[in-house]
Amino acid sequence: MAGIDHAPPPFFKQGPAPLALLTFYVAVSIALFVVDLRFKSLDLVRQSVALVVDPVQRVAQTPGSLVDIAQAYLEGLHSLRAENAQLKHAQLNSAPDLQRLQQLEAENDRLRRLLTVKEREKAKGQVAQILYTSRDPFSRRIVVDKGQQHAVTAGQPAIDETGVVGQVTRVFPFSAEVTLITDKDQAVPVQVVRTGLRSVAFGLGNGQLEMKFMPANADVQPGDLLVTSGLDGIYLPGFPVAKVVNVERDSAYSFARIYCTPVAGVENFGEVMILDPRQALPPQPPEAVSRSAGGEAEKGSLRPKKKKAAKGH
Amino acid sequence: MQPTFSSSRILLPVRPWFIFLSLFVALVLNFLPTGQWPGMPDWVALVLCFWSVREFRRVGMGWAFLLGIVMDVADGAVLGQHSLAYVLLAYVASSLSRRILWFPLLQQALQIMPLLVLTQVIQAAIRLVSGAEFPGWGYFVGPLIATVLWIPATFVLLLPQFQPVERDDNRPI
Repeated sequence: MAGIDHAPPPFFKQGPAPLALLTFYVAVSIALFVVDLRFKSLDLVRQSVALVVDPVQRVAQTPGSLVDIAQAYLEGLHSLRAENAQLKHAQLNSAPDLQRLQQLEAENDRLRRLLTVKEREKAKGQVAQILYTSRDPFSRRIVVDKGQQHAVTAGQPAIDETGVVGQVTRVFPFSAEVTLITDKDQAVPVQVVRTGLRSVAFGLGNGQLEMKFMPANADVQPGDLLVTSGLDGIYLPGFPVAKVVNVERDSAYSFARIYCTPVAGVENFGEVMILDPRQALPPQPPEAVSRSAGGEAEKGSLRPKKKKAAKGH
Repeated sequence: MQPTFSSSRILLPVRPWFIFLSLFVALVLNFLPTGQWPGMPDWVALVLCFWSVREFRRVGMGWAFLLGIVMDVADGAVLGQHSLAYVLLAYVASSLSRRILWFPLLQQALQIMPLLVLTQVIQAAIRLVSGAEFPGWGYFVGPLIATVLWIPATFVLLLPQFQPVERDDNRPI
């Protein structure tokens, strides 16, 4: 039976038509795009490709780091001495505060215990070296050299010696991606130190942040320091985030436009510290019950006062 | 095959390992820290476009798709961004290849320019649609520089295929 072969001779075989292939690949690309953007469920694909790509990328970065090393070597004794003296001076300046810090913390702990307030969470973390900035021109991210192997998880905040840098958004086996607070999609819950006013600072994408949805008469001045408020359960409270540089109050809009610059060296890097995830916040009270109960309690407490006031008259 | 169809010089057949090597080198060039500089060309797009024009039977949309995924992961971009642009680039380049190769190099570069610009515009468009920030006009300078690089790239990538000119006065052609 194996006499006549109905398949065409092999020299005419060219695979599927180009237009069919194009349709297939475009469809797959768009599907990947939508799934990655909407459902964020392609981390496994990303991690497995990254496992192959990451070593190549690190090797490609070595010429740059070699230049850095050579530069540091040639920088010379003089400038290093000057820097050393400057650092010693800075340390001396901060010495009074630092030396009393331990005692203050102990005192704070004791007082909090006396007041039966929950103890403050301690900040712990691991230092990570910045490998390179992400090449993607549409976002502001950096890649650090600690990953799943060092128990880094998505969501952990990253700080440098002066303030908050960003937040870990993607984790690979040997590296992690930190989205900077100046990225357009990044928001940090903040508090104005001077007034205690709480808000959220959004990245603008141009190296600045903006405090959005603040009323036009909000008490914010240029020069105000913003620190993390800790209300999100991600950032510990009290880390410096940004300084207000410009406040535009326009009566045509109901919100003030408040621009800030980050305190940390967000766009120039050496090392960052990735803080351990915070302890889980206590569960939120069921909203409806607490509201109605609170309302009744208030009414209950208000009425006797009125009566008393009436009696007094 | 000739350097251009109007040329009388016959080239050696391309070696597959050289195609792999050139695409790999293009990837490494993209990964270099210089990728952050404004106006740096997308080396992978350039080399991919070159091989799609010259050897569309060997380097096609499958390669474009794979390279695109690798670039997406390496960039930390959204998956599918580079792959979509590269697949379209490979398709258009291979369908235009019979026309492009008739022209001398400078005019080839002019024909390539819209393809490379289109690759960048597609990427910018799908990212802007999904709510990213505008990266600035410097982002669109890269393809123009890549266009200029088409001429040296052609010489470098065809180098292994050139054979020494053999002068033989007794040969009829």
